[in-house]
Formats: sequence, structure tokens, C-alpha cells
Amino acid sequence: MSSPAREAILQRLRRGVATGPRPAPENPVRRFDWSPPERLRRFTAALTAVRGEVIPVGDDWPATLFSRLSAKGATNLRFAPATALGAELAAAWPDRGAITLIPHDQPIEACRAELFSATDASLTGCLGGIAETGTLVLWPSIQEPRLLSLVPPIHAVVLEADRIRSTFHEFLVAEDWAGRGLPTNALLISGPSKSADIEQTLAYGVHGPKELLVLVRVKGDTADPPPALA
Amino acid sequence: MPPEFAVRVGQALDNERLRRNLRRTMDGLVAKRRQAFPDIHELAVLRRRGKLIRAQALANLPDLLLELEANCERNGIRVHWAETVAEGNAIVLDLLRRQGARRVIKGKSMVSEEMGLNHHLEAQGIQAVETDLGEFILQLAGERPSHIIAPAIHKDRREIAALFAAHFPEYPYTEDIEGLTAIARRIMREHFGQAIAGLSGVNFAIAETGTLCLVENEGNGRLCTTAPDLHIAVCGIEKVIARLDQLPPLLTLLTRSATGQPITTYVNLISGPRRAGERDGPREVHLILLDNGRSRMHRDRQLRATLRCIRCGACMNHCPVYTRLGGHAYGTVYPGPIGSVLEPQLQGLERQGELAEASSLCGACGEVCPVRIPLPGLLRRLRAEGAGEGEDAGVPGRGSRRKAPQRLIWTLWRLTHAHPALYRLATHLATRLRWLVPTGLGPWARTRAAPVIAPRSLHELARAEGFAHE
Repeated sequence: MSSPAREAILQRLRRGVATGPRPAPENPVRRFDWSPPERLRRFTAALTAVRGEVIPVGDDWPATLFSRLSAKGATNLRFAPATALGAELAAAWPDRGAITLIPHDQPIEACRAELFSATDASLTGCLGGIAETGTLVLWPSIQEPRLLSLVPPIHAVVLEADRIRSTFHEFLVAEDWAGRGLPTNALLISGPSKSADIEQTLAYGVHGPKELLVLVRVKGDTADPPPALA
Repeated sequence: MPPEFAVRVGQALDNERLRRNLRRTMDGLVAKRRQAFPDIHELAVLRRRGKLIRAQALANLPDLLLELEANCERNGIRVHWAETVAEGNAIVLDLLRRQGARRVIKGKSMVSEEMGLNHHLEAQGIQAVETDLGEFILQLAGERPSHIIAPAIHKDRREIAALFAAHFPEYPYTEDIEGLTAIARRIMREHFGQAIAGLSGVNFAIAETGTLCLVENEGNGRLCTTAPDLHIAVCGIEKVIARLDQLPPLLTLLTRSATGQPITTYVNLISGPRRAGERDGPREVHLILLDNGRSRMHRDRQLRATLRCIRCGACMNHCPVYTRLGGHAYGTVYPGPIGSVLEPQLQGLERQGELAEASSLCGACGEVCPVRIPLPGLLRRLRAEGAGEGEDAGVPGRGSRRKAPQRLIWTLWRLTHAHPALYRLATHLATRLRWLVPTGLGPWARTRAAPVIAPRSLHELARAEGFAHE
């Protein structure tokens, strides 16, 4: 959008740049050759340090999630029914009487109140994990909207162990984020919501989820590393 | 009219509670940063890389801003340009009015503080609600942030408990930090569920992909940028970086320098409003690029380094002046060493030039800066600008701090040091007439021993010892 302010700012900046364009500085990808078990170990240690719960699971993960949520007193779980993960959950949920499954398939305008005040827990998938910092990479989609991972007090995530990479730098370069294009809102999540604004003392559960449950699905013995860097 | 800087300094130094709260927090932040960078070699490599990425962005700034604008617009983010804070405020107000918003929920943004946005909106009948816990506390207290990362560090839990009790008597009194946080969560939930407009700052704007990166721990930043129909982002024009793969080194420098965290709880990468078929997210995203003097700083090769800043706050955490005064004594939006460099350039040397003089030039700020801004050098440069000396960068108020007695002292100093005979005469007189030096030197000598001039100068003693060569 052209405007007088835009032209004036750019003109002043041009006067300051007499040297011509400067090339991008060297920025080699920072990554580590950790084995798959080492990546999982580091991921777990880093995320546990910021009060995330990491639970190794198998194909019966819905039952594991059910028992964890029961122990926390949750009475309902909101999920994305149109995703593969959502279908797995719905097919294997042990008891819909004890913890109700709520399909999250409406525009926010139709479910705002229920999402903000009547949802105990939510489940989402993720694109992968980052071992160095104990981070989940989320790419919300049409089927799995942004607020699902943010508003309910408990957020559960299923992570495939073979999708854990060593660093964020490795992740976004190996998967060519800039080339393939970013979603509306890509997210890195490392633990439940927290604040240290009072006396620099950590308190958890400020505005986002109070608890973060990561169900790590280990297929086979995690012998297959993620595809090598291009 | 706020009290003079010197008066505010005195008040801050006399405030024992403030000193105690600051000391605790600053020592903690310094220790956390140190632990976050255990490998000094890695730190050196990272700082160098961070500096080069930011310097490249500034060297290519006009082109990068155009690339950012084009890619944001392609993504559906509307881009606005503001030369002054008044223009920026007018754009925000217009967007909110078009939306019919009577209230806007805000994530933490120092640029919005720079704009005085809350005050401006409230004068126009629109309520600005700060949602970051620290900013929320300050809004209750009617105060401004005293630190750019931890805005309410000058307060302890008892003060905050009293504040909550006064404003929210319906909640039981508590001094428990988790309890206070829980109260804030419940109050804010209502706003998040209802607000139709949200406003945030921007930590990095990525030109290559047209993406706005925001880092935070609480989730309020995500809520402000996701839950309402309208998201307005305010951003200084210097915040742009060229490429997405430059983000990881800057992110790790930012969070580790600021709070010692390897990463914040949330890193939020926003590349557009709600797309067709999506079920949530704002329907409109607007990016306001604010100049407010930055393009002037950009013109001078040395002062341009000011714009490399990624707002981590490490310089203030390590500053012997800031850690004793806190941010309020500065009387500016940005305190600490970066504030003392930035504010005189933003507001003019006649108004804020004093800040560049309030430094011992110990160099700690320059040592810890993650993008290696030579802060002590910039402070000296601004002192010279204030005195009207050296290269003219067009800093407003240049020469306004020139003082006749200072000029006289330096002229005499130069003369005596350029002429050996004059130097000998001066030291001879000073040593022989030392009984004339007053014993009471005012407040300075109240807690210190007043200096005593030696009976013989060093040169005289050396000659007496037989040193022939001067």
C-alpha cells in the first residue's frame, strides 16, 4: 500500500544505504548427530524440566490417555474428528460415559463459549519434536484449528518418536519451511503456560494450558532416523 | 512534569524496598543467563552470527521492508507505514473503530508503550486491556514498565497482593504467587472469550516468508493474536530479518540472554489471517511499521548499531546503574544502557541527553549484548553529540548539552598537556598551594574520603630519584 509515510521512510533509508546490498552472512545449520534414543532422552529431559509430562505409549495410546485424564479429573476431551489421529481416538476410546469426547468441528463462532468455559482437555497431533529444547512443532490446519491447543486447561499431544529432530534450525531447514510455505500459524510449544512476572518466581498455568501431556509413540525400536538433511 | 532525573535518582536510591526487589531479580537473571551459556566459545560464535544477521538486515533495510510488505500482503496481512507515533496511533484507532471495538486486548509490546497507545485509545473511549501478567499488574497500579522483559520486577508479592485485594475484593486475599496468578487467569479468561480486537508487538518480522514471530511464556500473546476477529501488530521498522533460517540463532540468543531459557514456552509464527475453510483465527491481520526516528538513526554508520537491538534486556540486567535505580528513575519507555542510547536519539539530546552521561562506562552492557552493540561507544558518541563535537548525525538537540565551564576545563587541560612548561607550572602551583583546597567537598565527600593533593608531583619525585628522561 503506497502512502506518503511509506515513501518518506523508504527515501530516508535509501540515503543511509550507500554500500549496496550485503549478502546473507554464513549461517551453517546447527544440528547434532544424536541417535534416536538419545533424541528422545534429551527431548524428555528438556520438556520435563519445564513441567511437561512425557509418556511413552504404544498403539493403545487412547487407553493411556483415558487413564491419565481420569486421574486428573477431566470430564470431557475435545478432539479433531477429521484427522487420522482423531479417528484413532474415537475408535479406541474406552468409556464415553466417564470422559465425553467432543468433536471440535465447528467454526469458533459456534463453539466459543463451550471451548472457553466448558472444555477440560484437548488432543492434537504435531508435526514433530525438537530434542535440544523439548519442543513440540504444531502446524494447525483446517481440521485441527489453532485454539484447540491453547484454550483448554489440559493439552494432550501425540508425538511420533521418529519425528524428533535435534534442533529447530535442523527442523526448518530439513523440511524446507521457507520453500513449502508456512501455515497461518506455525507454533513451537515447550511446556505448559507459565510466568515469572511476580518476583521472577515461576508459576504455571497463566493464560494457556496448565498441563501439557505428550504421548510419545515409539514405533519398533526408533531405529529409523528422520530423513537426512538435504 | 516529572521530577528532574537527579531527583528521581535520589528517590530510587533511598527506596530500600525497590533496591531489595531489584537486587533479587537482577542477581537471578544474571545467574540464569550465565548458566544458559555454559560454553563461552559457542556464545562467541552465536553473538557474532547474531550481529551479522542483524547488520545485514539493516544494510538492506529498504529492500527488506519492501520484500516483507509484498510477502505479507500476498499472505493477506495488510501493511501500514507510520512515520510518527501520532500516525501509528491514528491507524490503530481507525482500525478499531472500523471494527466497532470498544476494547482491545493487548499482548506485551514495547513499541505500543513508545506510542503511548493505551493513553491515546482511552482518550478516544476505547479500553486497552493489558493481558501479560506483569503488564496487567502495572495497569492496576497505574504505572509504566520498569524493565522491558520483566515489567513489574520493582514490585514484590506483598505489594501485588494488596493491589489485587483493592481491585478484586471478591477474591480471597493471598500472597501466594500461584494464587495471584490464578486470579489473573480467571479475570483474563472473560476478556479472551469476548474480545473482538487484539494487539501485539513483533519480535522478528521475516521478509522471505511474510511472517511475524512472537515469543512469550504465558499464552496471552497467542490468545490476543488468535481469539479476536482483528489482530493488529505494531512493529519498529528495524525488526525485519531477511530469511527464515536466520530465526533460530536469534531466538536462542534472545531467550537465553533475557531469562536464561533455552526457548520460551511459545514461539508464535503468524503468516496471515484465517484462510478459506479455517475455523478460527482473526479475519484481518494488520501490520503497522513504525519509524519514529529510526530512519534517522539508520543514516549514521555508528549510530545504526542501535537498531540491531533485539530487546532482550541483558544490558540492563548487568548495568550497575540500572540495577540500583530500576527503570522508573530513567523516566523513559526504554531504560538501562539501550534506553540511554535510544531515548536521546528518539526524544532529543536536550530532553534526554543526561541519560548518556549517567554511566560509568564500565562496559558490562557491551560485553553481554547478544548482537554485540557497542553500547559504551555509543554512549560516548552521544555525549560528543550533546557537546556539539565530532561528526554530525542529525541527532536532535545536538550541542544542547555544551557547557561553558566544561569547555574551559577541557581547554585548560589541553593547553597544559601540550606545553611542558605550563604543565610544570600547574603541578608546581597545585602541590604548593594544596592547603587552599577546601576540606568540605559537599555531598560527594560525605561517604568518601576527600582527595588529598600530594606535596610533590610525580615528575618532581622522579627527577629527585635521578630519572633524566621525562
